[in-house]
Amino acid sequence: MDSDNVLEIKHLSVAVGDKEILHDINLNIKTGETHVLFGPNGSGKTTLIMTIMGSPKYQVTKGSIIFGGKDIVRLPMDERARLGIGMSLQRPPVVRGVKTRDMVAACAKGRLSPEAIDSLAEKANLTELMDREVNYGFSGGEIKRSELLQLLAQDPDLALLDEPESGVDLVNIALIGELMNELLQKVHPIRDRRHAGLIITHTGHILEYVNARSGYVLLNGRIVCEGDPHEILETIKRKGYEECKRCVA
Amino acid sequence: MRSIKPDKASKKRAEAAASKPAAFGEDIDLDRYAHSGDELPYHDDPSKLSAETKKQMVQVGVMLDDDSQRSGTIIQIDHSTVHRRANQEGIEVMSTSEALEKYDWLADYSWKAVAVDTDKYTASVELGQSNGYFIRALPGSKTIHPVQACLYLGKRNLAQKVHNIIIAEEGSELHIITGCAAASGEEPGMHIGVSEFYIKRGAKITFTMIHSWSPDIAVRPRTGIIVEEDGVFLSNYVIMKPVRSLQMYPAARCVGENAVVRFNSILVALPGSNMDVGSRVLLDARGARTEIISRAITTGGNIYARGYIEGNAPDVKGHLECRGLMLRGEGVIHAIPELKGTLAGVELSHEAAVGKIAEEEVEYLMMRGLTRDEATATIVRGFLRVDIEGLPPELNLEIQRAVEASEKEVM
Repeated sequence: MDSDNVLEIKHLSVAVGDKEILHDINLNIKTGETHVLFGPNGSGKTTLIMTIMGSPKYQVTKGSIIFGGKDIVRLPMDERARLGIGMSLQRPPVVRGVKTRDMVAACAKGRLSPEAIDSLAEKANLTELMDREVNYGFSGGEIKRSELLQLLAQDPDLALLDEPESGVDLVNIALIGELMNELLQKVHPIRDRRHAGLIITHTGHILEYVNARSGYVLLNGRIVCEGDPHEILETIKRKGYEECKRCVA
Repeated sequence: MRSIKPDKASKKRAEAAASKPAAFGEDIDLDRYAHSGDELPYHDDPSKLSAETKKQMVQVGVMLDDDSQRSGTIIQIDHSTVHRRANQEGIEVMSTSEALEKYDWLADYSWKAVAVDTDKYTASVELGQSNGYFIRALPGSKTIHPVQACLYLGKRNLAQKVHNIIIAEEGSELHIITGCAAASGEEPGMHIGVSEFYIKRGAKITFTMIHSWSPDIAVRPRTGIIVEEDGVFLSNYVIMKPVRSLQMYPAARCVGENAVVRFNSILVALPGSNMDVGSRVLLDARGARTEIISRAITTGGNIYARGYIEGNAPDVKGHLECRGLMLRGEGVIHAIPELKGTLAGVELSHEAAVGKIAEEEVEYLMMRGLTRDEATATIVRGFLRVDIEGLPPELNLEIQRAVEASEKEVM
């Protein structure tokens, strides 16, 4: 394997129950890189990143997921998180009784002082929500920012981001872009970054704020296209996913 | 030992109710228990009580080694008041029998918020040997720290009976923490506690009660609260230790305009525990408001979680929230929320939910690196956290401490 790869997915097939959702997926991400997954609803984007994270709902029927040189297919989710994988959910659950502050502290696992957590919260414009229960009554934008705040505290080597911009207004999207750039250490040149990212985007808006190296199109559980994310986005914008289908055919 | 002298009328009513079963809960055979206890010595310095006793008391928030954070203390063991002290001017703390001797007018408060003939338990308090505490804040006086009261059952097989009267005079503020505990072990026993609260105009009582009984104790608290205009009553109740049979259904009446009552209950039923616990509020005056919140967890015990709000005046508001978590075992949680409105303009609502821990939440926390056990513990701790409006931080801390102390048994 290429030792620069933080994530290497080989011939991965994934099923939910009896139904195979993903077929023979191959994908490599090097340290410091950000990749983007495009695809219509139901194409398997969320399935792919949930499988990388280790959600028990998704069974790997074939292939391997190598993270930091180690096959993690059999590891439970929490161990994967502790190895350095983090994920922001599109629709995270409300956790009643658990304050956002405590959740962020749990993500930091003692690495951050309360003051450092406060300053991260300020950056995410969430200071006023820190004593509220996690995701309880949060707006769409607040949920996304809270997810990113948790990831910033967790400091994962690989961040999996499921539609970080969906349901977010234009004012918030710039802030979300900033938080993602911080999470993915975009301020540094690629050779100095430790963090990599895999972003699911439906609309591609986030690409106006966050630079990405590679894009993939997922159709019916297969990666059908790989290339420059901006070019892929342009094609999708102009011709829709129909063009991708034709291209594959 | 002094006994509260019953007046003739209430004695007669008590006699008539001496074998009247309660509306709810297992009918306890009172003849199973001894009804009188030895007089125990008074301690000027309660820190001299045995280490074991003090340990049990600390678990229910009663601290005797250092009472600098308390505005007063009263300790009753079995039927004897073994210590009482008020540390603040304007705050009175004494046994009920002593208070009844001192104040003739106090008879007007006895059995006015709780009917003496409610059931055989209230009757037995009137008819037999009993004691209890009297706590009063004089007009305009506000406790700096909570007053702590401990009712401790030490003697094997005793039916401990108490009659408490708590009065917050106009414009006063009273924080009370009451810890009820039994000597450790498996000894049988019973506790019957009548508590009558009077919150005068513009006054406020915060009453936090932590129970720590043992597996063969039967407990029958009987509580009535009367809240006058602009008065506030906040009650927090925590029980996380085993109890054979607990039944209580305190009733608060908002008789003055804009009176506010809030009940929070945290109930954990371990295997062998049977609890029937509710809160009842009658909104009888314009603008009165209430919120009843209960959190029930079973790890094998049985819980009835009741709630009742009645709106009898214009512009009253009430909300009842009852959530139950089935953690494991074969326990039962039976939530019974009831609302009754008797005229237009009342606004009453409830929500009730009983279920297991949501796997989605556990996975969410595991995704952040918590193990399954840590994630479960975090969710349970969160479930039991009832952020209590108006509760001083030290009382909130006391409740969290009680919750955390019992966490291991629950998990």
